[in-house]
Amino acid sequence: MKAQASAEQETATKTGADLLVEALIGQGVETLFGYPGGAVLPIYDAIYRAEGSFDHILPRHEQGAIHAAEGYARVSGKAGVVIGTSGPGATNLVTGIADAMMDSIPLVIFTGQVAKGVIGTDAFQESDIMGITTPITKHNYQVQEIEDLPRIVNEAFHIATTGRPGPVVVDIPKDISSTVYAKEVKSDFHLPGYQPTVKPNPLQVSKLHDALVEAKKPVVLAGSGVIHAGASEELKTFVQNYQLPVTTTLLGLGSYPGTCDLSLGMAGMHGTYSANTALYECDLLINIGSRFDDRLTGNLKHFAPNAMVAHIDIDPAEIGKNIPTHIPIVSDAKAALEALNAKTVKGLHHKGWMDAISQNKIDYPLWHDQPDELIVPQWLMQKVYEYTSGEAVVTTDVGQHQMWAAQYYQFDRPNRWVTSGGLGTMGYGFPAAIGAQLADMDSTCVAVVGDGGFQMTLQELSVLQERRLPVKVLIVNNQALGMVRQWQEKFYSERYSESIIDVQPDFVKLAESYQVPGYKIETQEELLEVLPKVLGDDQPAVIDCRVLQKENVYPMIAPGKGLHEMIGVKR
Amino acid sequence: MKRIVTATVHNRSGVLNRVTGLLAKRQFNIESISVGRTETEGVSKMTFVVEVEDDRKLEQLTKQLNKQIDVLKVSDITDKAIVARELAMVKVISNPQIRSEIQGIIEPFRASIIDVSKESVTVQVTGKSDKVDALIDLLRPYGIKELARTGLTAFTRGHQPQVAEFKSYSLLK
Ligand SMILES: Cc1ncc(C[n+]2csc(CCOP(=O)(O)OP(=O)(O)O)c2C)c(N)n1
Ligand SMILES: [Mg+2]
Repeated sequence: MKAQASAEQETATKTGADLLVEALIGQGVETLFGYPGGAVLPIYDAIYRAEGSFDHILPRHEQGAIHAAEGYARVSGKAGVVIGTSGPGATNLVTGIADAMMDSIPLVIFTGQVAKGVIGTDAFQESDIMGITTPITKHNYQVQEIEDLPRIVNEAFHIATTGRPGPVVVDIPKDISSTVYAKEVKSDFHLPGYQPTVKPNPLQVSKLHDALVEAKKPVVLAGSGVIHAGASEELKTFVQNYQLPVTTTLLGLGSYPGTCDLSLGMAGMHGTYSANTALYECDLLINIGSRFDDRLTGNLKHFAPNAMVAHIDIDPAEIGKNIPTHIPIVSDAKAALEALNAKTVKGLHHKGWMDAISQNKIDYPLWHDQPDELIVPQWLMQKVYEYTSGEAVVTTDVGQHQMWAAQYYQFDRPNRWVTSGGLGTMGYGFPAAIGAQLADMDSTCVAVVGDGGFQMTLQELSVLQERRLPVKVLIVNNQALGMVRQWQEKFYSERYSESIIDVQPDFVKLAESYQVPGYKIETQEELLEVLPKVLGDDQPAVIDCRVLQKENVYPMIAPGKGLHEMIGVKR
Repeated sequence: MKRIVTATVHNRSGVLNRVTGLLAKRQFNIESISVGRTETEGVSKMTFVVEVEDDRKLEQLTKQLNKQIDVLKVSDITDKAIVARELAMVKVISNPQIRSEIQGIIEPFRASIIDVSKESVTVQVTGKSDKVDALIDLLRPYGIKELARTGLTAFTRGHQPQVAEFKSYSLLK
């Protein structure tokens, strides 16, 4: 009774910002990534007054906040929540929003906006964030009436996390967050225009089953849709039932155990020979939750030329977008796999294919040189894998180191691999690791970054300093924008235009100035001594690991080429 | 190929921007768009005339439109029995002598003169786009000072013939 009375009293003094805070609590939000400013002062005041309700992470740049939220979402499976102020605060979030859109990461982003009365007058720190983010969000809202706020928040979380996940922006004018509102508000919603199909059509499932039984050369391509659907166990059963080889996309790593016999590793531009060859030669391709990105398919003309294509995707627009599809299955991956797993399998016809694939795995493994003393990045990745027993959460930045991490770190579980795939955002890896670590405090979290990309967002070392988060930043330091340099070597006659970087900060001192232990590793001997220790302790760390500058990522499919035209397959 | 696609949408601010932005981003060629309210409060209807390469492109277009949260229903009505109309206003240079000549030209089109001045007349014509095109072609020799077209708006007829095979949007085609 007493509690009720005080609750009623509270109603009387609630601002729009309080309604927002309540809605966030109602959504089970525990962690916020945000940066204050004029237009969100009322929101920050409400957060202050709701002390203890949230763990608020203050990055040193809004881009850090949103990448951290992406890492958090990727590892926790929950929506990442971001707050930014109007104008520059909001525009600083744009790269992260586009990144989340490309990689289907569920985010709910709250931006402050100038007061409704001055929208459209080029007011101080006004930006048309609705216009700017329309093409890079699953949906966006500008709150027009205070009583709509709780409903919009609930809709935003629903849209961000269901169907094909993605970012949703909620733009809140300052007068709405600051106005006191005493009346009852409704927070339930109905979205007639948004009803994702989650259950597969049984007819199509039977078609796929029949095709699987008939197939002489089947292969599964698993994308991050499997991970979003939480369908890894179902995938294992499916693959076991039908005895299928499995390759994954970059973002699909971990959807199927990388160390399993049936795993071919990653496919695509820097995929394994066995994976790409299987995709090229197969007669039945079962794509589960991948969008046939061009980095995966290579030249479309040569992609799986003899295959019947089955595509399971919750987003109907992905089916048939790039590759003509014979068996379309619009469905949540888990539901589709469950339906397939309910079928009885007998009389498979692809034993010869499996033998050939196993032989490819043996004959064409990943390879690299091994100098006497200095470190090659591929070996470094193997050591990271070894020292963390394959159990770490690994985030990466974008470039050569990203591809080496993808090739050499074998993920046996989903939600351990955090990388920017679709947008390829340099500066992503380190802040993403902060969010990833917050989502899983019990795991070792390694941010594998390039010397170039780390310098785009390294200011977030402040967060490690402040929180003592034990993130291990591993700089794969080739003193170059390595991936750019590799392309210049291969396709521009070694004209290294702006890709060799001789001038760098002293990363050890830099780390130490943030009170983060810094280490420099230059030889194999040093690595063997330092790396296991640092990866094993409970402190944050920055490890400047010097690697050979001119190493290339192989194998490789040159732009415009097909999956059968790999180079660097053998030494 | 030219297609007529209609979409009913929630009449929220930004929905037009989202839909046209999406079509531009995916490089669809829009010939015309018309938008207006419908019989249902809060629901608007958009009619697009688009030029697409093939069926796959067309399927992409309808799917991408359908994906938008505020889009309620998308239909490609090109091959259905439909009524489709466009309105155009044409300001033609004319002195009193040739005004009656123009009158004679527009009559078979059931167009009308809605404004007259010393140097010009304004003709209003309603109909299918090819009819509007034809009239404009006939008026062009007189000198067109100004031309405005609304773009096509369309819906299906009350009665659809049973025999025709409709090429409607389907996932399981
Ligand atoms: C924000 C951004 N700018 C530019 C690029 C283009 N780009 C892709 S990889 C790369 C080089 C990255 O260098 P580094 O971080 O040192 O990684 P490395 O390739 O050397 O491992 C560049 C510049 C990008 N992906 N993102
Ligand atoms: Mg580098």
